[in-house]
Amino acid sequence: MGTKRKTFICFMKSLMWISVSIVCMLTLFLIGYVLWKGIPHISWELLSTKPSYLSDRIGILPDILNTIYIVLATLVIVLPLGMGAAIYLTEYAQNKRIVNMIEYAAETLSGIPSIIYGLVGMLVFQQFFGMKTSLICGALTLAIMNLPTIMRTTQESLKTVPNSYREGAFGLGAGKWHMIRTVVLPGCVDGVVTGCILSVGRIVSESAALLFTAGFAHALNGIFSGLSSPGATLTVALYVYAKENGEFGIAFAIAAILMILTMLINLLAHFMGEYFQKRRNI
Amino acid sequence: MENIIHGIFLLLGLITVGCVLLMTIYLIISGIPAIREVGLFHFLFGKEWAPVLAEPKYGILPFILTSIYGTAGAVFIGVPIGFMTAVYLAKLAHPKIKSVVSNAVSLLAGIPSVVYGLVGMMVLVPQISTLFHIPDGSGLLAAIIVLAIMILPSIIKMSLTALEAVPKDYEDASLALGATPVETYFRVSVPAAKSGIATAIVFGIGRAIGEAMAVMMVAGNAPNMPSIFQSVRFLTTAIASEMSYSAGLQRQALFSIALVLFLFIMLINTALNFFLKREKVE
Repeated sequence: MGTKRKTFICFMKSLMWISVSIVCMLTLFLIGYVLWKGIPHISWELLSTKPSYLSDRIGILPDILNTIYIVLATLVIVLPLGMGAAIYLTEYAQNKRIVNMIEYAAETLSGIPSIIYGLVGMLVFQQFFGMKTSLICGALTLAIMNLPTIMRTTQESLKTVPNSYREGAFGLGAGKWHMIRTVVLPGCVDGVVTGCILSVGRIVSESAALLFTAGFAHALNGIFSGLSSPGATLTVALYVYAKENGEFGIAFAIAAILMILTMLINLLAHFMGEYFQKRRNI
Repeated sequence: MENIIHGIFLLLGLITVGCVLLMTIYLIISGIPAIREVGLFHFLFGKEWAPVLAEPKYGILPFILTSIYGTAGAVFIGVPIGFMTAVYLAKLAHPKIKSVVSNAVSLLAGIPSVVYGLVGMMVLVPQISTLFHIPDGSGLLAAIIVLAIMILPSIIKMSLTALEAVPKDYEDASLALGATPVETYFRVSVPAAKSGIATAIVFGIGRAIGEAMAVMMVAGNAPNMPSIFQSVRFLTTAIASEMSYSAGLQRQALFSIALVLFLFIMLINTALNFFLKREKVE
């Protein structure tokens, strides 16, 4: 083998090694650093109280609750829409042009940056529909953002439902809607669950789209009053504490919580994927 | 009855299209007035952004150039690392290493952008400031590095999928002709997967140009013309940083910036679709 070839192989191999180690070290560093800086600041008091100027303490309970509210509200809005669209595309659509149009629209939606969602959400829901800055306004914005995700995962799992099931149901005299309810919908559970996990991950980590739609408030609310009033999610709270208030300890505590949440969501997605794979193979 | 249900599903399917149309129309309607007032040429190529002066100036060339330079820099750093990692994972890595690294990459993808921003703000910015002896490390360089890290996961994942889809026969043929594995991967597999890799790069560009929060925390946010150590403002951060307190023409100008950003994204989406189609044909 000529030296030229040997150098090429050596060079490429070392480049690959360097790149992989950069990626691994980066991940380890990010996790380690955030947890190391954040965990010491996490206390029960931080997690269970709201910020109070009187006693000069910061609590993030409202932000945690807001995050949960917005996740629930977004899923409630986006699930029927995304699943419906997916069912239309796989079960009903015959016109190729409509299918292409919907798929192109979904692709476009998933490419639009979140700051634009935030801006349009603010314009449409607040200026046009007259809603005020509130969690529900943020949830509506996030629902549009997550529509393509739910649609795609549902669609993929619908495609795995064998056509013979559908034909069998028709053969037994079921109407189309009856067939969808009893045969197709149970078959797409795994896609919906996967889509939900992905969406929860995106909602929890979203901040730019919520800045102008859901606002910054840290008030403690129940779910229904919470949804109609402004509130910061954990990510927005992190941004405000770090960038505007200079409370870096609190910011790192929130970052550590977000990091742990991200890891949990990833683990869940991983195991659910394996579980569904196994179930499908049986 | 069946027809009504068909109609409902069609409606759900068309919601995606409706959302895209709504967003486009809203951005155009709200973006045009300021451009008309300022003048398209002055708006796009004006070098000064000073909306609060007695004689306000609305030139967004600094933002456009910053976004382009920042994205180009991120791609320049992120793509080689991501590409090399993907080749290693797809072809050379031991299955166990592959699964560990891909899980790390998924985690990297799930970390909220504000967490990247926070770590960038607390680690990267001070490092840059001491390394290059400048008073404030926040600026274009910090933003480029953060963006490069943030686009890594999508580049790795998408290139990996493309490389794994290369038919085994191609590689076997090359190996049988006496090429070594590494030569085969770079001279046969990579060219065979080139449209998939191109898709990954374009996707990364879209991600980088649309990122707002992380950039906002490390770029300094002064509306300067871009230069590597200067405090700069991106298109995304220009929208986010003044939205909360602006009014009148200034606010409308922000909508126009969003329109410009949206046009950039649409351009990137078109390129993405082009590559995706080519991949399907291949």
